[in-house]
Amino acid sequence: MVQHENIFHPMEVFLRKSRIPHIWCSGCGNGIILHSFTEAVKELEMDLDKIVVVSGIGCIGRVAGYVNMDSFHTTHGRAIAFATGVKLANPELTVVVISGDGDLFAIGGNHFIHAARRNIDIKVICANNFNYGMTGGQQGPTTPLEAYTTTSPYGNIEHPFNLVHLAAASGATYVARWTTIHVRRLTASIQKMLQKRGFGFIEVISPCPEIYGRRNKMRTGLEMMNWLKKVSTIKNFSDPAKAEVSREKIVIGEFVDTEKPTFETILYETIRWVQEKAEQGE
Amino acid sequence: MTKNRAVLTGEHFLSGDLACAEGALAAGCRFFAGYPITPATEIAERMALRLPEVGGIYIQMEDELASMAAIIGASYAGLKSMTATSGPGFSLMQENIGLAAMTEAPCVVVNVMRGGPSTGQPTKPGQQDVMQAKWGSHGDYEIIALSPNSVQEAFNLTIEAFNLSEAYRVPVFLLMDESVAHMWEKVVIPRAEDIKLVNRKKPSVPPGEYAPFRPEGDDLVPPMACFGEGYHFHATGLTHDELGNPKTDSPETQFNLVSRLCEKIRRNVDKITKTEKVMLDDAEVAVIAYGVVSRSALSAVKKAREKGIKAGLLRLITLWPFPERHIAEFADRAKRIVVPELNYGQIVREVERVAKNASIKFLPKLGEDLHTPSEILKALEEIE
Repeated sequence: MVQHENIFHPMEVFLRKSRIPHIWCSGCGNGIILHSFTEAVKELEMDLDKIVVVSGIGCIGRVAGYVNMDSFHTTHGRAIAFATGVKLANPELTVVVISGDGDLFAIGGNHFIHAARRNIDIKVICANNFNYGMTGGQQGPTTPLEAYTTTSPYGNIEHPFNLVHLAAASGATYVARWTTIHVRRLTASIQKMLQKRGFGFIEVISPCPEIYGRRNKMRTGLEMMNWLKKVSTIKNFSDPAKAEVSREKIVIGEFVDTEKPTFETILYETIRWVQEKAEQGE
Repeated sequence: MTKNRAVLTGEHFLSGDLACAEGALAAGCRFFAGYPITPATEIAERMALRLPEVGGIYIQMEDELASMAAIIGASYAGLKSMTATSGPGFSLMQENIGLAAMTEAPCVVVNVMRGGPSTGQPTKPGQQDVMQAKWGSHGDYEIIALSPNSVQEAFNLTIEAFNLSEAYRVPVFLLMDESVAHMWEKVVIPRAEDIKLVNRKKPSVPPGEYAPFRPEGDDLVPPMACFGEGYHFHATGLTHDELGNPKTDSPETQFNLVSRLCEKIRRNVDKITKTEKVMLDDAEVAVIAYGVVSRSALSAVKKAREKGIKAGLLRLITLWPFPERHIAEFADRAKRIVVPELNYGQIVREVERVAKNASIKFLPKLGEDLHTPSEILKALEEIE
């Protein structure tokens, strides 16, 4: 007889079971990203009391509600700005922002570049599905040129961002790009980013067959995963400016892994210095 | 013995902006995120100088959207937090003011009001953001807004703003007009032990039993856990139940949440609202004023009394929730109510709503000039 009470999901300790099932469509890559994140947290044996997951608006934005950790689902685009307040107010916390390409790079683009410039110790994981999934598949800042969406019915006429190039140029000290078919590399990369101090950024190219793929000749999750497998090329520490994302080719890998004083380190050193000076003056 | 660097006990000569910053520090504010804007910049400058001395955080954000988001984050991480801005920045903050109201994040927003709309008059006084403070973000919610009329009161009311925000888990606005912000006056800062501080209620139950949005007690305010305390709670700007779970398709959840967000302020309106009443007991004509305008109004009322006119002043210290009862108390017997404002008609609409049967004379003022006592006196004399 099957012992039902012994059946459990290996990740259930990291998830709010009351919130499952999730809202994501079949074939969506968000579940893989969530699994990779929780796997990384598990492998590192991190203290769940000291992690805060912050998300913005969009399909992946719901991730904050699914993790069994302190979590906050902010307004559209403001996850990084909110996370900045959290990290500075309590620097002992590991602050992770998990959000989408539209949230982080269209409406929230300004916050991303400034957080990277400051090198504040916030970890950003971006699910890039090339469109606004939750609102029904509109063109966004990462939609490939000529791709079809509900608001680019004649083909997208805008050039997309190269997110890893943008992150590197803005000052991020850890930058990588993976796809949802590179699960072990993605998990290892998240682990590495979580252990490192400073502003880290991982872009995860993630399939959206229901909303994006079906308008672009990839109707199922399997088709999209096969496409990612076919066109991805690993080029670790190659020039992020040349790391293209197109229908024909996706360059993945780690692009930046450098050391630079973090914002909060300098901030707290300054505070200590000011306080010492004030005490001497008394 | 180490000096209490947060509370500069003693007499000082300060501007309203600087007094506001000192009030924040005395109230326990240890996080400020802001963006430079006239005429509120001096608050950020003072906080940048002073916060490190008390171990607090100053960060200059990339815009006011970010400033507001950051203070909510810091509040949820356990610090008393504040930002300061003026009209254009206040407009940008409305998005996350809604988030603070929805997620019940205690925080203080100072709006040093200048002339609008749009970029308007950066260096001139205004009271044009009073309705925006109440209705600026979308949806139904309640906030608290206070209006100082002196530099001393800028200090006092900033402390009060923090106390109210902690007590009711609500964003509290200090609506200071440019004249008060840039006015220099004597300020007496009391001893730290004489300043009453309020801190947010903390959960009394273990993490497994904690419902982050379940009110405890009669005030409808839920106890607040903060990040890193082991509660593993979730908060969202979506319509949520007492556990913090989104329930966007439940009419009952939406009604319970929104009505509680409003009622926690409305039911406590008498505890929250403050006014100053001058010679109102036998007044036949009254001025209702707030901020810098109330100073001219006081002078006008005194001059009217010298002339034998039974005049009085109701000075609004709390603008929101609107102190209806304070007005209703004398509205029926007052022959006339004069409402001077540095705008084209805002609080006067509330006065008209409450004092339905009174004869109300509105005195608008736009631009640079303030109401003179004689202008207000003239309006009081017209009744005779």
